[in-house]
Amino acid sequence: MALVKRLRAVLPAMTGLATIVGAFAVLEGLLRAGLINRYIVPLPSEVLFSFERVVMEEHISQRFAQTLGEAFAAGLLAAIAGFLVGVLLYRNRLLERAVGVWVAAFAAAPLVLAYPLFLVIFGRSSLTIVMLGFLSGIAPVIMKTLEGLHAVRPVLLDVGRSFKLRQGQIFWKVLFPAAVPTIFVGIRLGLIFALINVVGLEFLINFGGLGQLINELAERYDMPGTYAAITFVILISVVIFAGLERVEQWLRPSA
Amino acid sequence: MAATERLTPATARAIDPVWTLRLAIIAALLVAWELLARSGLLFQDVVPSLVKIVAALGLLMVNPAFWSNLGVTVSEVALAMAIGGVAGLATGILVGGSRFLSRAYEAPLYYLAPTPKIIFFPVMIMWFGIGPASKIAMGAVSCFFPIALSTAAGMRQIAPVLIDVGRSFRASTMQMVMKIYIPAMIAPVASGLRLGLGVAIIGTLLAETKLSNKGLGFLIIQSYQHFDMPEMYAILIVVFTLAALINAIFARPHNSPKPNSP
Repeated sequence: MALVKRLRAVLPAMTGLATIVGAFAVLEGLLRAGLINRYIVPLPSEVLFSFERVVMEEHISQRFAQTLGEAFAAGLLAAIAGFLVGVLLYRNRLLERAVGVWVAAFAAAPLVLAYPLFLVIFGRSSLTIVMLGFLSGIAPVIMKTLEGLHAVRPVLLDVGRSFKLRQGQIFWKVLFPAAVPTIFVGIRLGLIFALINVVGLEFLINFGGLGQLINELAERYDMPGTYAAITFVILISVVIFAGLERVEQWLRPSA
Repeated sequence: MAATERLTPATARAIDPVWTLRLAIIAALLVAWELLARSGLLFQDVVPSLVKIVAALGLLMVNPAFWSNLGVTVSEVALAMAIGGVAGLATGILVGGSRFLSRAYEAPLYYLAPTPKIIFFPVMIMWFGIGPASKIAMGAVSCFFPIALSTAAGMRQIAPVLIDVGRSFRASTMQMVMKIYIPAMIAPVASGLRLGLGVAIIGTLLAETKLSNKGLGFLIIQSYQHFDMPEMYAILIVVFTLAALINAIFARPHNSPKPNSP
């Protein structure tokens, strides 16, 4: 019985995995049968084998470090600036009512389309990438900081006041700890936005880390290499997203 | 000012502090920009005078090439939404409607959703060529994920009691779809479509900036190559205004922002 139960639990996940593997197997078959042009879609097995080549020959660790460094710098800037702006708006309700809508609009704006402007201002450099990543990541941090601070239960503030805490003490001992889980949701989103934009921009302006690698391999017409690099970038993104989610769950008090 | 009067009917003449502050901030920013442009502290080309930007905007509006490129981009985004939207809706309904399929396929969808889609562009060029088809494909891939995920979430949040009520009235499948499922799904599907449209615009335009000879993205990169900064600002203003308008049309209250993946 226990075995059946366990089998039931893992069956859906196995089905998902089997579908992906099966799809690649079918693709491999179609390619080998000549039904799909091999110059357009490389053999999945070829892509698998070119992983090693791409990792060994294309300075992947260096590129990985650069992409991660840029994303981290952009995310850190967004977290600090976003938190400060959020606190400023929380303290000044009139300002919050005036510009709150703008922050939401900024969050939805297709900022990355302005990348040629950033190229003119900051040049084809890491600075362009970090600045655009930072601006893409700041809005969710501001919004979630405000949401977290506003959601603090009034009774907690009353307790703080009854202990005659000063303004600063109320903020650091009551408001901030209570809002941290929500603020971190904003920081996680900010980091994700920053990472997406960093990789995308590296590809677009052909500069820097993993994004540029895809561009280079595509320009060299190394199709198995290009597919391998794309898969590599996706795997890394997924690992980072899942990791950030874990941290968030860990921060959120389990009620 | 109509809004001000509606908000404070008793004191119609009173000045709304929120709007006053907003106008003051906008005015301060514009003045600061113009001062910076005239100060010569930065390269004049990077921060051109507002006069030049407005002039470029005017020229853009009377330029037939702008309108034809806008038409190209709009039709690309529309086709991308049609393809990605139908695929996303179908996937969302399938995956969200079954617990098994949801547990099998939703995790890969969920984790693929925020990856940067533009890196698929070399593949799209290989598959669909360097013409508009590869841009449509980029837009479709971009909007597929938010639409599929929102639809799947929408399928799951339909209150079981609604379905029970429909069944107890012996509603036919058609009636169940028309009277229960669709009304209950409108909000999440609309929010998915809004997010999807946003990323479809980004995907299409970014692809145009990378490799194309048509569309608004091409105009942006062309003004960059000619180093015509007032024109670039003008095009960006148009693009951002259009994006904001579209967003406002589809707007509904939402709490958590979703990634705009390039």
